[in-house]
Amino acid sequence: MHGYVRPGNSQPAWLFPFIVSVVVVLSVLPLARLAVTGITAFADGGAVAVLTDRALWQATYYTLVTAVLGTLISVLIGSLFAFLLTLTDIPAKGPLSFLFVLPMMIPPQVTALAWVQMSGPSSPLLKALGIAPPLGSPQPLYSLGGIALLYGVQHAPLVYLALRAGLLGVPRDGIEAARLSGAPALRTFRDIVLPLALPGMIAGAAIAFVSCIGNFGIPAILGIPASIYTLATLIFTKFAAFTDRTFGEVAVLSGVIALISVAGLAVQERALGGRDYRILGQAGAATSFQVGWWRFLFVPVLLIVLFFMLVAPFFALLAGALVPAYGVPLTLETMSFNAFQEVLLRQTVTRTAFANSLFLATVTAVGLLCLSVLAGYVLTRRRDVFARIVASLIEIPYALPGIIVAVAFILVFAAPLPVFNVTLYGTIWIILLAYFASFFAVSLKPVVSAYRQLDPALEEAARLAGAGFFRRLKDILVPLVAPAAGASVILVFLIACNELTVSALLWSAGTQTLGVVIYNLDDSGGSDLASALSVLVVLMVVVMMLLLEWLAKRLPKGVVPWRS
Amino acid sequence: MAKLILNHVSKQFGTGRPAVAGLSLDVREGGFLALLGPSGCGKTTVLRMIAGFEAPSDGAIFLGERLLANAAQSLPPERRNMAMVFQSYALWPHMSVADNVGYPLKVRGVSRETYRNRIREALDTVRLADHAERRPAELSGGQRQRVALARCLVTEPDVVLLDEPLANLDRHLRQEMEETFREFHQRSGATMVYVTHDQSEAMALATDVAVMSQGKLLQVAPPEEIYARPEGRLVGSLIGRGSVLSLNLPGGLPRKLTWEELRPVLASPALGSTADILVRPEDIALSGEGIATRVRSSLYEGERYSLILELEDGQILRTFSRHRPQVGDVVHVTIHSAWRL
Repeated sequence: MHGYVRPGNSQPAWLFPFIVSVVVVLSVLPLARLAVTGITAFADGGAVAVLTDRALWQATYYTLVTAVLGTLISVLIGSLFAFLLTLTDIPAKGPLSFLFVLPMMIPPQVTALAWVQMSGPSSPLLKALGIAPPLGSPQPLYSLGGIALLYGVQHAPLVYLALRAGLLGVPRDGIEAARLSGAPALRTFRDIVLPLALPGMIAGAAIAFVSCIGNFGIPAILGIPASIYTLATLIFTKFAAFTDRTFGEVAVLSGVIALISVAGLAVQERALGGRDYRILGQAGAATSFQVGWWRFLFVPVLLIVLFFMLVAPFFALLAGALVPAYGVPLTLETMSFNAFQEVLLRQTVTRTAFANSLFLATVTAVGLLCLSVLAGYVLTRRRDVFARIVASLIEIPYALPGIIVAVAFILVFAAPLPVFNVTLYGTIWIILLAYFASFFAVSLKPVVSAYRQLDPALEEAARLAGAGFFRRLKDILVPLVAPAAGASVILVFLIACNELTVSALLWSAGTQTLGVVIYNLDDSGGSDLASALSVLVVLMVVVMMLLLEWLAKRLPKGVVPWRS
Repeated sequence: MAKLILNHVSKQFGTGRPAVAGLSLDVREGGFLALLGPSGCGKTTVLRMIAGFEAPSDGAIFLGERLLANAAQSLPPERRNMAMVFQSYALWPHMSVADNVGYPLKVRGVSRETYRNRIREALDTVRLADHAERRPAELSGGQRQRVALARCLVTEPDVVLLDEPLANLDRHLRQEMEETFREFHQRSGATMVYVTHDQSEAMALATDVAVMSQGKLLQVAPPEEIYARPEGRLVGSLIGRGSVLSLNLPGGLPRKLTWEELRPVLASPALGSTADILVRPEDIALSGEGIATRVRSSLYEGERYSLILELEDGQILRTFSRHRPQVGDVVHVTIHSAWRL
């Protein structure tokens, strides 16, 4: 009969299959292909060569050492900020918090570049200030310690955010009850707050560890000059010296990275096991402790840390961009904007990179938004096993280090597509597809939380009013999730625009992204141009974060990652 | 408009126990049916199946000759020409009051002039004409409720569904809104189905009351009849504030019992089968004679005292009194009439 539908479904019949096929192309197919290649490499003996190669074990060792040290530094700095900015009444918490999470959003290769410009004998900043070490002394950051330190700086905000979320869940009345029981502030902190905050700290440490394992930008800039290869940079160099065994080798290397990541998460599970403190009572322990005169110690400490994390590197970068030529001391007279003119107006490579990155970021953000609006709808309305499976399949490529995603996409799309007979590898479209896979989860999260907040009756009322699916989407659903959708677009744009790891493997002549060009310029000695480009990137990041900050009031909780 | 027919409708949510089990119900054209029952009894599920948000696992729903849904197919809500007042009102926060009310018309694509006129009429009816440009967030609870009602008024729906619409309002507003609903029903002549757990609401508004419990329909009847002649112990205890006694009744008595018939049974337990009888508080008189009871509690309610009396065998009677007896006192009562369940 006309107009009847099969019961039990409030959505068009094609919608869920559509989302499933998108997820198959973006997630299942590439990862399955990667797994198959890895297994084949084992079968034909290619893996034995990789596994007995000293380079692999060396790289694994370096990856582990830097990641563990980096995680420790992240936990130290992140916890300091989280405790002070969440629990105490020190002034200017909002701006301090915003500044502290900034490094998370700055591309790692820019962070690395800035720190290189800030230290060592050829630092334009130190030279301008007259405190540079003598020429010929080594650059201290080109070392395991340097890589670990920058991992720590880059990922401290992750620990901060996870711990902060945990601290905000600590019940205020629990703290007040401890105080009434006679415990002084420090004792309350040790006996009540710390145990309850531990799960958040462990979760933050695990995220930081996995991010360190997959980081490419920092070891590429700091490690490669000193011949220190992590697994991520090793994969990169394998592709640079391409042979017919490369695919099998990188598949095995990706497997090792995946194993370490999973092991990290398993340790987290272990550590969290038996720590299921369901929070009872009213949440919101914020500002439970008065710091009093201690603020004159705490505030300067935080400011000094921020100075070294943020201000000094930025000015170093700026100094590096303003020197007229390498090695020339920077003074008010010699300062020149030549590098900026060069990257913005003259160099074709940088202008292509701008165009590519803006194109990729825009299409990724907008395209993923359209997918997210549909997928978010399906996933919140269908609460069955299949919906949960699809949700985790969307999550996997985001959770995996970008380098693995890139390898998987090369494996799938290196050969011409069947039927169409077109090769995507070497075009900008393969980068676009990989971005779709990597950032789908980023785009989806705000939209899903907005859908969750919607009263289902709002849509049901529209159905009874006679509105079909697309009508409801246009008139009711999209306007109601619009603020979250806006945040989703900005977030994805921000991340995609600064992305390096995926595009480092997938780019070819003419399809360089900003991240790739910054790395290449620095690699080929054009550090002034790389610095100028980095300064522009940092400014762009700050502007977009401020935009999100401004939007935050109208968004559901948890959409803007650094607000809680 | 036509009769709404539910034919052996069941709904399983896969939790083992069916939410609705074999429910058959006719709502006559232009009728106002109240679905009454404790929370979790399946009444909202019935309403959602009528609206089309849930499909029955078994049975069929018809509007006149037209099939709305059975286990194999279902007409989606957007094609049913029904309207609903939701418990949460479900006003769209991003639209003005006028846009909220006019949305069903907009979807149907009526002319601009009709659109404006119908909105104005609907808002006039609920006395909100001067709030047309406000946002729902700026309105009070009662005003939001009336906007939701106006949204039902603009298109002439075959069936209007109301899902506990007064649950979120305070007592004073409830009475005012009950008045509005009654008026709305008389004016529109629409078939209305009203879900509530509040029996006084159901009694005051509906032309028919359907009592549900644990997914099953217990009884459908006009309010006066369901109060006077309830079927079974459950309906008897759900409707009104009566007390149910288990007595050994001799055979051959009518269902409506008089004091003459009750007195010997209460005085000396006669032979016969056990039966449940319902005694309404207003049918009990405190008098010098009759059977002796002990006062277990006495609660001041403003206009009167509410008493709980204990019979010799421990069974309980509820009644009212103008005077305050002391707890533990022995009072004598007569029961004018009672109803065998």
